[in-house]
Parts: sequence; structure tokens; C-alpha cells
Amino acid sequence: MQTQTIKGYTVTEEGYYGNFGGAYIPELLYKNVQELTENYLKITEDHDFKTELNKLLHDYVGRPTPLYLAKNLSKKYKAKIYLKREDLNHTGSHKINNALGQALLAKKLGKQKIIAETGAGQHGVATATACALLGLDCTVFMGEVDILRQAPNVARMKMLGAKIIPATSGTKTLKDATNEAIRYWINNTDSYYIIGSVVGPHPYPDMVTRFQSIISKEIKKQLVSLEGKEDPDYIVACIGGGSNAAGAFYSFIGNGVTKLIGVEAEGKGITSGHTAATLKVGSTGIIHGSKTFLMQTKDGQITEPYSISAGLDYPGIGPLHAYLCETKQASYLSATDEESLTAAFELMKLEGIIPALESAHAFAVLDKLKFNSTDVIVINLSGRGDKDLDTYLKNYK
Amino acid sequence: MTTRLQQLFTKKQDHNLSLFITAGFPKKESLLEIIPILESSDCDMIEIGIPFSDPLADGPIIQESSTLALNNGMTLDLIFKQVKELRSKTSKPILLMGYLNSLLKFGLEDFYSACFDSGVDGLIIPDLPLIEFQLNHESFVKKYKLDFVFLITPETENKRAIELANNSSGFIYLVSSNSTTGNSNKNTHDLNKKINELKEMGLKLPLLIGFGIKNAKDFENACGSSNGAIIGSAFIQLVKNSNDLKKDIPQFIQSIKTISYDHSIK
Ligand SMILES: Cc1ncc(COP(=O)(O)O)c(C=O)c1O
Repeated sequence: MQTQTIKGYTVTEEGYYGNFGGAYIPELLYKNVQELTENYLKITEDHDFKTELNKLLHDYVGRPTPLYLAKNLSKKYKAKIYLKREDLNHTGSHKINNALGQALLAKKLGKQKIIAETGAGQHGVATATACALLGLDCTVFMGEVDILRQAPNVARMKMLGAKIIPATSGTKTLKDATNEAIRYWINNTDSYYIIGSVVGPHPYPDMVTRFQSIISKEIKKQLVSLEGKEDPDYIVACIGGGSNAAGAFYSFIGNGVTKLIGVEAEGKGITSGHTAATLKVGSTGIIHGSKTFLMQTKDGQITEPYSISAGLDYPGIGPLHAYLCETKQASYLSATDEESLTAAFELMKLEGIIPALESAHAFAVLDKLKFNSTDVIVINLSGRGDKDLDTYLKNYK
Repeated sequence: MTTRLQQLFTKKQDHNLSLFITAGFPKKESLLEIIPILESSDCDMIEIGIPFSDPLADGPIIQESSTLALNNGMTLDLIFKQVKELRSKTSKPILLMGYLNSLLKFGLEDFYSACFDSGVDGLIIPDLPLIEFQLNHESFVKKYKLDFVFLITPETENKRAIELANNSSGFIYLVSSNSTTGNSNKNTHDLNKKINELKEMGLKLPLLIGFGIKNAKDFENACGSSNGAIIGSAFIQLVKNSNDLKKDIPQFIQSIKTISYDHSIK
């Protein structure tokens, strides 16, 4: 294993992106994480593994997902706006790209018991689906609050054969579900933990980024036939932990052309005390085994985030994004609950697409950006909004 | 110069009992009440937990104590203030155990120098990786004459265990089973075998066993081939349920050590 350099950034052997990343785990997890670190590239770069995964992504998930020119949205914002339709994936979001990859990897490692955390339930559903397909046992940790606000996904996971364990500590959301999953992993080292975003100890951020990189690899190819060029002027993606954004940015990082825009959840406003905009209000520290930006008090206690969107309701961010932000290779904006709801309703009316609340955050910054009429914009539509109907109905005026 | 920990293990090689209590639990000032009781009882070492919002390696009892301590307003500054006040009242080794994020936010050198100033003897930071210890912590640990203790588990390969021991001072902490704190050992590993293997490989550092030790029987088992054991969750549970710490703590310690006394008489 060596340091890998990808255009624009380097991941060291210990999993550092500049000062961020690493594996800050108790010795109790060392053996499991080490096993993964030693094997993830060996297995995932193997020709047969790639063939098997690509076949599943094609036949089962439905990839490649379309890159759709949103004419009505383009007209309104006076630029050429394409949507990368991750919402059309089987299970309804980008999360399946990673869940299937890791489930297959777990199988190659001889693991039978899978655990996962979930916020919006999309990663939980994707993992439960991959486990059903591959014949693996699945246990999903989910915050009690999220179980209530994402009820359809809870029902789907159960029907897919997963066991749901409610996380009852903290604000009972994604951070707490992740804590519980990690504790369970410590107590059950024969299980394999499928982390759902580019967070956690090395090698997860790098591994999940790689599984999600298919998003930007496809965009590149699709743009060549649609626009006669590989690189768009903008890529816009929402950020919870940052996996759909990492996948959408991947092939464009450091190309000198594409402006990479990540959108965090501002909740009720940056200064409201009810926000999940980690890069705006956070500072460097350790969360879930990774050195990165996180929301914390002056004493280093991790604070409780807030967002209307369960998938963005996380007080940290993947170390790759902390690094891209620090080195100014990507820009990070934020959108409030209100702005995101407005953007979601606009997308429904203009394009006939109901986005996930998470993805709606990416659309909410369109009127904050200044485009030239010839600019090519790609918005990563990370998921569909079926799971959010309750919230939409409550807020529909 | 020898540290208090080194002095302890020179004087007493077996049946050392270390008790763990979260600072600020159950009340903000509880350390000031509990530690003097420990001083006058048959406890050999004191571990103070730095309360943290997200203690990943801890089971429900220590988690709950942390949450309560934080709600009480406990901070690292206050811990140092209380330890400084207590230092004149006890000669027993005092260790701080906590998560790396608390140290980072406090500032590493500030943290280690505050340990020195207040009279803390050693540190246990379970989520600090060895390489980061060597790069950013070791020099401060030496500069401020502190001991630093790494954890090993039954699943830690022997070669790595020796490396972790070589980077530790005072003692090495052997976790009784791969679990979060307070869990009863589901799979009883053959710790004696592990310890003997490590000794054969040249382990000289004293070794204490912790996690899931609750009573006299557990304590006696743990002391079989180690230098003693650490009790956390069970002690916190006792403190939580007690109306009379002055009576209950010494009684608890006595109950833990009963078998070992019988043993030594025989
Ligand atoms: C549709 C959708 N988009 C985005 C996210 C946020 O995660 P990430 O930032 O890792 O893409 C989630 C998480 O649940 C999601 O369900």
C-alpha cells in the first residue's frame, strides 16, 4: 500500500488528506480496521471484483444514470443546467453505489454479518437491499427521531429483512446512530461495518469516495457526447457527510476549469444555534475516528446539529471536504430549511421531479451563484423525495 | 526520578486495585468528596474520566455518567483545579482517561503542562493512535514527567502489544475482552496465556486488566497473572446508588479484595 495521488489531492498511507483524516480508533477496533486497510484496494482494484460490481451496477442498480438537461430550470437561471439523476438508481439514491460495493467487499472478506448506520434511511435501505441480494445478515442503527421522520424507509428496511436498532442517545439522529454502530462493532468484531458516507476512520473516506466516483466518471463521458467537452463549469452537490459530493467532484478535482460547489444544511440559519453547516460553524477535531471539521463547544464537546433533512443532520464532514475547503479547491455554501423547501417545490413545478430533501439543498443555491449564459452546470440530484412526502405535505402552501 | 506509578509497582506487585470515576459525577464537586475516601481506603490507584459527549469505547453506564457530568458543567479546567486541590490530600497515583478531542481543543502543550502543574501522574487516551503519540505527544509526556498508558486487547497481535508496551510507561492496560466498558465478558479469553506469551517476548512493564470487572471473583481472576485490575462501571454504579459514600466506598473496596486477603493468608 502506498500514498495515492489523485489529481488535486493525495491520500497518504495512513489516510491523511493534508492535516485531515487518519484513523483515531480505540485499540478494540484496530484489528478490524487494519484488515480493511490492508485489503480494500487489493480487492476493489481486482479485475474480477470490478467486473462483478459493474455488472450489478448496470443490471441491478440501473446505471449509468441519465445526465438530463433541465430546460425549464435552465431558462429560469440563464445557464445550461444538467441534472445527474442519482434519484433514478434502484432504492432511490446514490447510497446504493457504496452499499453494494462494500457489501461485495465484505463478502470477499468472508464476513456474513453487516451493520450500518442511517440518517434519512437511504443508506439503510441501500444496505438492506445489498444484503438481501447477496445473502448477508443486516442490522441498521437509526436515531429514534429519524425513525419517526423517515417512516417509509424504516418499513422498507424491515421488509428487506434488516433488523433496526433505535439509537436513543443525544439528539437521537445520525451522529448517535453512528456512535451506536461503532460500539456494536467493538462488541461484535466478526461483523463488517458499512459506513454510509465519506466519514469515519481510514480507509472509509477513501473507499467510499472510490465507490461513489462512478458519478463523476459517468458525467465526464456523458458531457462529451452532450456538450463536446469533458469538464462542466460547475458541479453542485449537497453535503451531509459528503459522499455524493465526493463522487460528483472526484474526476474534476484540480482540473482548473470546474468550480466545485458543496452545499451544507444551514437549518434555521448559521447563527440560530440550529444548523448543520459544519464548515461554517465548526473547527478541527476528531469525530467518528477521523480528524476533520466538526461542530463543537469551546471544550471540545460535539454539539447537536439540526436540519430539516435527516441525511444532512450531521455535525461533521468527510476529511476530503475539510481538505478541499482549506485548500480552496472547492467552495462550500449552505442553504436553510426554508430555501431548500422552496427549491424542492420549484423543481417539482418546473421539471416534474420530486427531489429528496437532502438534494433540494443543492438546488437552493442556484440563485446565489452568478452564471454566464453559456455555463454548463451539473447538479447532482442525489435522491428522490418519496421518503419526504410527509415533510413536503406539511410545508406545501 | 521515578513517578508515583513506578513507585507503586516497585512497592506492590500484585492485587493492585485501580478505581475509575468520571469527573463531575454525580455532582460537579464529587471528586473532592470521593478521592479523600479512596485515599484512606485500600485502593491503589485512581483514574479520573474526562467527560466527553461521544465516548465511543464506553458502554451505557460510563456514557450516562459522562452526560450527567457535562450537564453539571464539568470541564477540563475544573478537573485540573480539583486535582490540584486533591494532590495535597493523596499520594496515590492519579491518571486521567479521556478522548483525544478534549486534549486537542484544550491545546496539547497546555494540556500536558496542566497535568504536571495539577499533579496528574499519567494519561490513558484510547483513541490516540501510536504514530500520532510518537509525533505529537511523546515529547510533552517526557517534558512534563508523565506516564502514558496504551491499551491492548486479547486480539492485539503479540508483536504489536509489545510495541505498544514499549511506548507505554507506568503500566500497560489489558482490556479483558473486545468490548465497550462495563460489558460482562461474553467470550472469556485466556488472558493468562496471552500474558505469559507477552512476558516470554520480554514484556517487563506492569500490567493491569480492565473492562467488565465487577466483583471479587472477577478481580481475583484478573489478578491471576497480572499486577492488578481496574474497576470502572461497577464503581460508578455503586457511587450512583449510594446515599453514604463514606460507608459504601470502603465497603465496596473491601468486598472486592476479600478473596485476595484469604488467598494471601493461605
Ligand atoms: C438523497 C441523499 N442525498 C444526500 C445525502 C447526504 O449524504 P452524503 O453527503 O454522504 O451524500 C443523503 C443521506 O442520507 C441522502 O439520502
